[in-house]
Amino acid sequence: MSDHRMAIAVILVMGLATFATRIVPVLLFGRGSKVPDYVMYLGKVVPYTAMGLLIVYCLKDVQIMAAPHALPEIAAMAVVVLSYLWKRNSILSVVIGTVLYMLMVQNM
Amino acid sequence: MMTAGDGSHCHKRDWMRKGIDKRTLSAAFTTSLPIMVTFVVLGIGYGLLLEKHGFGPLWALASGIIIFSGTVQFVSVGFLSGGPVLMAGITALMVAARHFFFSISMIGRYKNEGKRKWYLYYALCDETYAMLSRDDIPEDIDLSMYRLLVTFFDQSAWLTGSVLGGIIGGMLTFNSTGIDFAMTALFTTVYVQQWIDSKCHIPAVLGVAATLGCRLVFGRDYFLIPAMVIIIVVLTVMRSRIEPQFDEAGGDEAKTAAGEPAETLPQRGGVGDE
Repeated sequence: MSDHRMAIAVILVMGLATFATRIVPVLLFGRGSKVPDYVMYLGKVVPYTAMGLLIVYCLKDVQIMAAPHALPEIAAMAVVVLSYLWKRNSILSVVIGTVLYMLMVQNM
Repeated sequence: MMTAGDGSHCHKRDWMRKGIDKRTLSAAFTTSLPIMVTFVVLGIGYGLLLEKHGFGPLWALASGIIIFSGTVQFVSVGFLSGGPVLMAGITALMVAARHFFFSISMIGRYKNEGKRKWYLYYALCDETYAMLSRDDIPEDIDLSMYRLLVTFFDQSAWLTGSVLGGIIGGMLTFNSTGIDFAMTALFTTVYVQQWIDSKCHIPAVLGVAATLGCRLVFGRDYFLIPAMVIIIVVLTVMRSRIEPQFDEAGGDEAKTAAGEPAETLPQRGGVGDE
């Protein structure tokens, strides 16, 4: 069970952080005080940067210099993007991209 | 923006007397159905991924109750066994920052919700926000109960899916090498949708460029925090250039904040999330 202490701590801290993003604005501005423009601006724009950050985070262990030179990642990402542009169906793109990626990395 | 919530002064007393009426129940169910389907499917994916990392269905359930954000939960998988906890917390703040905006825009609508509002805010994910911030709410219903039910149905579907995924993952033995790519793929589809929705691509490019640069310079363990600092600094410095383009992109701040307009949500699903 001691192995799980880290996991419990991570879930609690991430839960607290997530809850804070939902409840702090209500506590701060729930009584009608004006939201600072700068805060509104960051609230609008940060989500657009966060997805790019997450994608790079997901790919942080990819080795471009070693074989297979990120080819499975590049190919699967291309399939995800193109299929999404075509059908605009997130689940479809995720399933196709993931299955293709798994087939590639398991058979290389 | 505030019209939907303004007429609800009496709702607290109303629901205590009436309970749940059929019309409200069916309206809430109809609204939630496409989201519930998406959440069950995505939840299964999350539960499966979690199980393949050694954390079974009860972990999926606990995480879904404590965190309840698809994006944050998917990201949490990588932190569960190794932490570090501080990094996990900061990443969650960054990823969940959009909720700040959802909550602000619901203050007017939820002001008469009494104690219920704490549940409504706690469980306000992208999709629930998209449904409840609309002003074409069905008529002749108990609005307060409708909000509660929509929020509850959506969360229940996510929890059901993720527990199911954990159970399925425990029964199926297959070579799961590469299954983590589901996360990358999911974020990529959101990224593409945000790109389509916005006129100004500086934030989208900045997110990738700053993080990639920091990954190369600082190595795989220490790049997230410098990347976040650079992102905030650049957004602040370039505010006069970026902000006007975001304001004209949509008069409805809800759309801009989410980066994912309501009509595309049912098929996109919860990272956000959730």
